[in-house]
Amino acid sequence: MPVVELTCISCPLGCPLKVETDSSGKVLKVTGNTCKRGEEYGKKEVTNPTRTVTSTVRLLGGTAPVVSVRTQTDIPKEKIFQCMEEIRKAAAEAPVRIGDVILENVAGTGVSVVATANAERIAEE
Amino acid sequence: MKHDIVIIGGGPAGLAAAAAAREAGARDILILEREKELGGILNQCIHNGFGLHTFHEELTGPEYAARFIAQIQELQIPYLLSTTVIDLSSPASGGVKVTAVSRENGLVEVEAKAAVLAMGCRERPRGALNIPGTRPAGVFSAGTAQRLVNLEGYLPGREVVILGSGDIGLIMARRMTLEGAKVKCVAEIQPYSGGLKRNIVQCLNDYGIPLKLSHTVVDIQGKERVEGVTIAEVDEHLKPIPGTEEQFSCDTLLLSVGLIPENELSKEIGVELSPVTSGPKVNESLETNVPGVFACGNVLHVHDLVDYVSEEAAQAGRNAALYAAGRNEDQGEEIPVETGGAVRYTVPCRICAQRVEGSQVVRFRVSKNMRNASVCVYADGREILRRKRPVMAPGEMEQVLLKQKDLLGVKQLLVCTEE
Repeated sequence: MPVVELTCISCPLGCPLKVETDSSGKVLKVTGNTCKRGEEYGKKEVTNPTRTVTSTVRLLGGTAPVVSVRTQTDIPKEKIFQCMEEIRKAAAEAPVRIGDVILENVAGTGVSVVATANAERIAEE
Repeated sequence: MKHDIVIIGGGPAGLAAAAAAREAGARDILILEREKELGGILNQCIHNGFGLHTFHEELTGPEYAARFIAQIQELQIPYLLSTTVIDLSSPASGGVKVTAVSRENGLVEVEAKAAVLAMGCRERPRGALNIPGTRPAGVFSAGTAQRLVNLEGYLPGREVVILGSGDIGLIMARRMTLEGAKVKCVAEIQPYSGGLKRNIVQCLNDYGIPLKLSHTVVDIQGKERVEGVTIAEVDEHLKPIPGTEEQFSCDTLLLSVGLIPENELSKEIGVELSPVTSGPKVNESLETNVPGVFACGNVLHVHDLVDYVSEEAAQAGRNAALYAAGRNEDQGEEIPVETGGAVRYTVPCRICAQRVEGSQVVRFRVSKNMRNASVCVYADGREILRRKRPVMAPGEMEQVLLKQKDLLGVKQLLVCTEE
């Protein structure tokens, strides 16, 4: 049976987890955890690991060269690099407000990339 | 004219102190900030994980800062940007005199009844490490690299080695990987990481970046630009072991080797500093030895979580407001907080029990990794608190809450760990 070794990050204890799965990927057993949260973390990390991606996009006509962004919610971990590729190609037109949608449905996840900072437009001459 | 309170620094500590001071009744507050925006270091910390304690959600740095900036604007607290404070002094008329410079206003002099020090910290530079080798371009502190990538839109290198496993170094390992750089390894001289577990997992393990514990950089190669570094294992005295050297070709070396509170201004006005934290020694009100001068945030002691900075700064702001309103000075004597076991320091390091309102937070760090130890507090030899801690680490700040009734009349106070 495949066994995945992880460090639990639910609290500072950092329990070393062993997650046992069957050949179809179904979790059979989590060991090494000292609480319920560890078991849940182990199961999720093995079956459906997700992360919030944070980065920056180019800012057009702004007082700064870039503005920071995030995926509005977690996305599947294996989509991180595809998400980054789309973020790298994107640009935002100043002014930008926190929460403004910069990219929709990033990497086909259904999740939007939104601004996490306010950015002002450079004064016109 | 004298302001009630002047706040040096518009980062997370200064903003929370200002808002709390206003809510505690101080009318005339002024924040002085050296950057062109409020928010301090949070503006370049674009990763998430901020605010879990304060707002019960995971925010990015700029989002966390924006909530406090909005509060400052709602409370109509004035601030000066691009204004660098160059001197603090105690005028004969009492209070604090602040000398600052800005491009717009030239020399600015303001006086206040009370001051809150909220200048934050800075990174330990290469010069503090004695790494042999040449002096090429391409050696950056992790925070400088973070600023270049996240605020200025530059990628400082393509092949990276990171020395030190502080949180900023770990965060930058992930950030540079996402931007297309190859991070070859993170070397940490200690046998354990100085960063949060969560960052080891999500910034290194997620991207297969090796963490080499008990390793350090022993040579930097390259004339104009970094061409490579040599990493070696160290023994228990942290001395490199001959024969363990390994060569990494790279164009960039990032240093994440510790943060030091920035207290040049504090020294100018005669604030006494702790040799352990490099921050001011403060009492229960977070007031320094200079009456009316308070300190909070990373200038006081380096924090891991901004939520605790906000909490601490709010306390400093409230007390500065009380002081500016003419609080009763003579309320009894301050007793020192002694440390024992693995407790390296405490903030505050002295307490006047009469001035404690209900309960007092005491924050500290331990000197080593510990499992199943207890934090104990003794007042005149009597145990007033004992808390079992499954795990404690030098990288994670600890705190205990002491009740005023346990402190009244006490002559000696000891905070310690017991294994």
